[in-house]
Amino acid sequence: MRYLPKSPADRKEMLKAIGARSVDDLFAPIPAEYRLNRDLKIPRQMAESEIIDFFRQRSRENAEGYASFLGAGAYAHYRPVIIDSLISRGEFLTAYTPYQAEISQGTLQSIFEFQTMICELTGMEVANASMYDGSTAAAEAVMMAVRLTGKRSVVVARSLHPEYREVLATYATHQGMPLSIANFSAEGRVNHGELESLVSDQTAAVLIQSPNFFGTIEDIAAIAEIAHKNGALLVVSIAEAVSLGIVEPPREADIIAMEAQSFGVPLGFGGPYCGVIATREKFVRQMPGRLVGQTVDRQGKRGFVLTLATREQHIRREKATSNICTNQALVALMVNIFMNVYGKVGLQELAKQNLAKAVYAAQKLGNHGKVLFAGAPRFNEFVLQTEEDSYAINNRLLGRKVIGGLPLKKFYPELGNAALWCCTELTTRSGIDTAAGLIAESEGIVRSAKEEAEEVAR
Amino acid sequence: MKNTITKATRHVNQNEGLIFEKSSPGKAAWKLPPLDVPEVDPAKLLGASARKDLGNMPEVSEIEIIRHFTRLSTWNYAIDLGMYPLGSCTMKYNPRVNEAVARVEGIANGHPYQPEKISQGALGILKTLSECLIEITGMDAITLQPAAGAHGEMTGLLLVRAYHHSKGRPRKKVLIPDSAHGTNPATAAMVDYAVENLKSDSRGMVDVAALEAQMNEDVAALMLTNPNTLGVFEQQIHKIADILHAKGGLLYMDGANMNALVGKVRPGDFGVDVMHLNLHKTFSTPHGGGGPGSGPVAVKKILEPFLPKPVLITKPDGTLGFEYDRPQSVGRVRAFYGNFGMFVRALAYIQANGPDGLRQTTEDAVLNANYIRKGLEGTYDLPYPTPSMHEVVFSDRLQAKKGVRTMDIAKRLIDYGFHPYTTAFPLIVPGALMIEPTESESKEEMDLFIEAMKAIAAEAQEEPQTVLDAPHSTRVSRLDETAAARKPILRWKPSSEK
Repeated sequence: MRYLPKSPADRKEMLKAIGARSVDDLFAPIPAEYRLNRDLKIPRQMAESEIIDFFRQRSRENAEGYASFLGAGAYAHYRPVIIDSLISRGEFLTAYTPYQAEISQGTLQSIFEFQTMICELTGMEVANASMYDGSTAAAEAVMMAVRLTGKRSVVVARSLHPEYREVLATYATHQGMPLSIANFSAEGRVNHGELESLVSDQTAAVLIQSPNFFGTIEDIAAIAEIAHKNGALLVVSIAEAVSLGIVEPPREADIIAMEAQSFGVPLGFGGPYCGVIATREKFVRQMPGRLVGQTVDRQGKRGFVLTLATREQHIRREKATSNICTNQALVALMVNIFMNVYGKVGLQELAKQNLAKAVYAAQKLGNHGKVLFAGAPRFNEFVLQTEEDSYAINNRLLGRKVIGGLPLKKFYPELGNAALWCCTELTTRSGIDTAAGLIAESEGIVRSAKEEAEEVAR
Repeated sequence: MKNTITKATRHVNQNEGLIFEKSSPGKAAWKLPPLDVPEVDPAKLLGASARKDLGNMPEVSEIEIIRHFTRLSTWNYAIDLGMYPLGSCTMKYNPRVNEAVARVEGIANGHPYQPEKISQGALGILKTLSECLIEITGMDAITLQPAAGAHGEMTGLLLVRAYHHSKGRPRKKVLIPDSAHGTNPATAAMVDYAVENLKSDSRGMVDVAALEAQMNEDVAALMLTNPNTLGVFEQQIHKIADILHAKGGLLYMDGANMNALVGKVRPGDFGVDVMHLNLHKTFSTPHGGGGPGSGPVAVKKILEPFLPKPVLITKPDGTLGFEYDRPQSVGRVRAFYGNFGMFVRALAYIQANGPDGLRQTTEDAVLNANYIRKGLEGTYDLPYPTPSMHEVVFSDRLQAKKGVRTMDIAKRLIDYGFHPYTTAFPLIVPGALMIEPTESESKEEMDLFIEAMKAIAAEAQEEPQTVLDAPHSTRVSRLDETAAARKPILRWKPSSEK
C-alpha cells in the first residue's frame, strides 16, 4: 500500500522486537467471535490515476459550466489563486490544533489576525477562531445568550435562513428553550410590531439575519431597541460576508454569528464552510470555541497561545460552554487570506460590484415579474415573483445552462411563484440578459396558454 | 546538553510581524474586472445602512501576503515534517490525491441548492462513501451531516433521546467512563442528559461490576470509546453491550479510535447501536491546524427513522435525491448536507487503500504503537500493562521524582525534532504521555523517536533543568499562558487605539 512506509522485512523485525509471532497476536484482545475474517466489501485498491478518473466522472455528472443565480447562504465569489497556494503548504494543511504553542506560532498568529479582521468588519470587540458554519454558529450564539441572560425564550425572525432555523430548533429542543417566530412585513423585513409583541422579559435572545434570507437589510437599531428594552440580547446572523464591504455592520448587536464562506471558500456542495462568533469583550467568557490570545515568552518576546480554555470541554467537561472541539481552522485561513487580498478598499469595491449586478438583474428580471420587498434596502439578492411556476422557469433555464433563482415554495408557500435570485461579481450582464430573455419566453408561453384557456372558456 | 540530536538541526527562519504592521494606504493585492452593468451609488441605495469605513482592514500587496503566510507556515510543525504522535488525534499522512480530487471543478464548485438532476455526481459520492462506511462499521444506516466528531456525538445522543422518547420515556442519564474525552460529557449536557461517571478497573477497562450496579432504566446510553483512550480494547465488550441492552439502554461508541479496528472488527458486530466516525482521523482528511473535521454517525436499523434530515435516497427513477419528509427525524444539525469536501477526501482515501490496504493500515498502526511501547517500557512508567492497540499511555512517575513532568518532556521533545505526544490525558493517568504513532511512521522515524525519548529520560535524571527549560531551539520559549488568560489580548489594535 503506497501510503505505508514499511517493507515486509521491517514488519518482521518489529514483530520480533515486540516478541510477537505474527501481527494477529497484537489483535488478540479482540474477542475471536467478533473478528472479521474476510475482506471488507468496498471498492478494490485503486491507482491514483483511477481515483482521479472516478472523481472527474462524478464531476461531469454534476453541473459543470453553468451560469448560476443561486445564493441563499452559499455564494459564488471569485477565489484568488494564492488562497490555495498558501493553504496547500503542508505546515498549515497537516498541522493539528495549536496546543503546543512553541511549534504552532504560524497557525496561532494567523488566527489572531483572523480574529482581529472579523472584529474590524463586524464592529465587535472579540471574535473566536471559527465555528462549524453559519447555521451552527447562530445556534451556539443563541445558547450563549441564554447563558448570559439566565433567561430561556428565544424569538427568531422568519426571514432568517430556513435551514438555520431548523438547526436552531434541533439544538433548542432539549435545552428547554422555547422558540417563537416573528414573521416578516411587506418590506421583507422583521415585522417590528410582531416582534414587539413576542419579546418579553423572559426573552433571552432575538435572532435575526441581515442581509436577511431575502437579501433585505434589517433595521438593526430599531430591533436592538426592542430587544434591549426587554433585557434580551440581539443576535445577528450574517450569511453573506461580502455585504460587510458596503453595508453597515450590526453594531447594536450583542452577538454576531457569521458564515464567512463568501470570503474565498469554495461552494463545495455545502461545506466545509466557516462559521464565526463575534461579541463584546464583557461576554467573552461565555463564548464557545477556540480563542487565540497574545502573550510573551520567558524572554519577553511576543507570542500567541490558545487561551481562556477554562470555557472549553477538555477542561470543563459537562460544564463547558459548548462541546465544540475541532473547528474550521484551515477554512478560516482561506477567509483570512481572502480578507488580506481585498483588504480595506477592495472589499468595498467588491461589494459595490455585487450590488450593481443585483440592481441591474432586479431591473431586468423585474420586467417579467414582480420584485418583492422593494421598499427596503437590499444587497445582492432579491425575490422575484412570476406568473409561471418557478420550477418550470428553472427547467427552461437549465436547458440553456443557466441555474435560475432558488424557488421559495418549499420555505415560504405564501409567496407563491417566488424565487430568490443572487448576483455576485461573477454574474455577467449577458448571463442576466439571457435569464431575463428566457423568463420572458416562458412568460409568453404562460400568456398564450392562458389565452388559449380563455378562448376555450369562451 | 550531552546528547546529540540526530533528527533536527536549527536553521535560520524569517521574522514576521502582524499583517497590520505592514499595511499602508494605497497598497493592494486585488483587481476587479471592469463593471459590465451601470455603476450604482451605495449611499443612495442603502441609506442609513451604507457603510462608511472598513476600519483597520489591511492594505497589502500580493507578494507581501505570500511571504507573510509562507513565513508563518515555517513556524509550524506538521505531519509533512515528521512524526506527530498526538495520542487520540490520529495524525496520519494526508494523501495529496485527496486534495486534487476535492478541487475538480464540478466537485469544488457545486452549489448545495443546484437541482438534483445536475448534482448526481455529488450525490453519487455521498452514496458510495455512505456504503463504504456502513460496511466498515457493520452498521445499517448513516448520516454524513455532522461537521466534526463532537457534532457527531451530539447527533448520536439526539438519536438516542428520540429513540427512547418513541418508546415512551426519554430517560435521564448517560454513563461515561472516567477515561473519556471531554467532548463526551459536554455533549451529554447539550442534549440535556445528566452525566454519570463510570470508573475504570485496574486494567484500564470499564469496570463491568460497576456498570452492572449503575445500569438501570434511567440510563439512556453508555458512551464508550473503543479502543478507549488508553489504547485498550474493551475485552468485555459483549458483556457491556448485554448489560445495557438488558435494561433497554443503548451502546454509543465514540469512534475516535476507529483506526485501530478498520478491517479487523466491526462495531456493529459487537453490539454497538450508534457511533460516530472522525473522517479527519481514521480517514485521512487533513487536520488543517484544527479543522475542518467531519463526524458521520452510523446507526443500527432501530435508530434509522430518527436520522437528521434530509436523508439520501434512490428515487423510483433510479436517480439519487434527498428525502425531507422524515416525520421522526431529530431535525437538522447543520445547514446543507455536511462537510462535503471531507467526504470527497475520505472516499479517495478508501479507494486508494481498498480492503487489503485498510486492513494493512490498521495492522501497521497497532504494530507501530506496540513497537514504541516495547522501546520505551522500563524507561517510562507504564501504568496499565494491558495490551495496547493503536496507542500507548505512559506516565511521568519516574521522571517526576526529579521534578520533570509530562509537559516538560513534551517540550524537550520539540528540541529533538518531534511534535509532542498528548499530555495529561486521559485523566485516569496522572502525568500521562499518550503516544499514537499511526501507521504513517517508518521504523527509522520511530527508532529516532525512541532514541529521543530515552535521551530525555536520561536528561531528566542527570540534568533536569535542561528538560525543565525546554524548548531551547524554537522561535519562542515557553509562553505565559496565565498572563494570556488573566488579561486577554484577543485582537490587534493600532497604537493610537490602545
